[in-house]
Amino acid sequence: MASIRFDGVRVVYPGTARPAVDGVTLEISSGTLAVLLGPSGCGKTTLLRTVNRLQPVESGRIEIDGQDTAALDPIALRRRIGYVIQAVGLFPHLSVAQNVAVVPNLLGWPRERADARVDELLAQVSLEPATFRSRYPSQLSGGQQQRVGIARALAAEPQILLMDEPFGAVDAIVRASLQRETRRLQRRIGATILFVTHDVDEALELADLLVIMRDGRVEQRGRPAAILAHPATPFVAELTGAGDAFRRLGVTTLGELAAARAASAQAPAAAESGEIPSLAPGATLREALGAMLASGAQRVRITGDGGESSTLDVGELWRALRSQDADGRG
Amino acid sequence: MSWLAGHAGIILSRTLEHLALAGISFTIALAIAVPLGVFAARRRRVGLPLIAALDAVYTIPSLALLAMLIPVLGLGFWTAVTALVAYAQIILVRNVISALESVPPWMVDAARGLGMTPLQILARVELPIGVPVAIAGARVAAVSIIAIASVAAWIDAGGLGALIFDGIERQDIRLIAAGTFGIAAIALVADAALRVLERRLTKRGAG
Repeated sequence: MASIRFDGVRVVYPGTARPAVDGVTLEISSGTLAVLLGPSGCGKTTLLRTVNRLQPVESGRIEIDGQDTAALDPIALRRRIGYVIQAVGLFPHLSVAQNVAVVPNLLGWPRERADARVDELLAQVSLEPATFRSRYPSQLSGGQQQRVGIARALAAEPQILLMDEPFGAVDAIVRASLQRETRRLQRRIGATILFVTHDVDEALELADLLVIMRDGRVEQRGRPAAILAHPATPFVAELTGAGDAFRRLGVTTLGELAAARAASAQAPAAAESGEIPSLAPGATLREALGAMLASGAQRVRITGDGGESSTLDVGELWRALRSQDADGRG
Repeated sequence: MSWLAGHAGIILSRTLEHLALAGISFTIALAIAVPLGVFAARRRRVGLPLIAALDAVYTIPSLALLAMLIPVLGLGFWTAVTALVAYAQIILVRNVISALESVPPWMVDAARGLGMTPLQILARVELPIGVPVAIAGARVAAVSIIAIASVAAWIDAGGLGALIFDGIERQDIRLIAAGTFGIAAIALVADAALRVLERRLTKRGAG
């Protein structure tokens, strides 16, 4: 597993007065999908690139699992960190299989092991290995290219994955499916992901930890629902559209709401009723409202893994959105 | 026709000399230009004056350059090779630089991010991607070498230029024509061969 810690990281580009990254201290625990969100020029990509030392730092340190990366060989460091960029970065003169096998080959894996890994990864990113293995990047759609880019980044089983606006160049439908697959892959391999985007919806969709940056500094960090409920500055409120109840509807989960409710000791017991929809605590308020509208019921049942359940009615949902107290601090 | 039959032997041996002169010069020129070009592309401060110097060599008329080399290297084949290699440098070095510059920066960034060493980036990404551009320059260099090699006969290096010089001396238009057409044919064949190579390598890159 791999945690990342930034400690007072500062980057100044030669010939510029203002630092691109200005004293960022941030901890990303192992297995977290952290999203760096901010406008162009806020330093999010620069900060990402300090992790695999593509970007040298002026001062401060970056630790992976408590180890200062400045003490490591940068080449070896990069080979154990997956890297996906917006331009995809596939090599046009290499086939899909050769692209995916770049890092295994650099690491000197035997041929059979690399070949097997290529097929396994292509299947994981929903590309039929027999069909795609020997194609060239120019024969793939934008979405397929990005899938190959992700497979290549995952090839050597990295514990850390850096993704720099990876879905910026694909259309909305493909982006949504790539986002879902990113979450799915991340849960399966348990890697720590640092993901850069300027797309608020993408950030809210993906983030376990949302880090909002401005002018090289961290403006606010926290769970998406918490940031939407309590934006620390007007900048954060405006950037995230925190005033938009529909946005909160989409990021606040039933579990978070139930926890907040339990904290204020007003949890009603699960009511007996045959026809009310049942949802997992991970479902969002948007999904709960949708289920109510679809079934005609005015409440949903929240059923946990352990079988415990409670209900949420439309009035509570209404109050939660109005009072902004569904902040997921539970 | 009987003239041609009578001179087939000399025409053939002059053609072989010309091929050897141009082929050896081209190979040596390439072997020097690739590392030189990579170096010049990496170190701009050294690269720019280097290009200026090579440009200056290119402006020296070929006869004058040969004349300048005689006191140092004497007459003969290798003196001609030296001059041809020097001429080809500016074309080839410039092209190796443009070939490297034709590689998009994001591709180099991706290669670095995956953990390639600078040498691996050069060998596995920059040179293969830049090859079509580099070959376009190699074509120009090859044709120049083949043409300028005609002058080499003047310093006893042989080649088809010798037929032309003999023709001028004996006022025999047939010798001059044989030399001229021979040189043109070699240049056309070399150009076509490199063009085919260029197209094949470009096709692979484009899928």
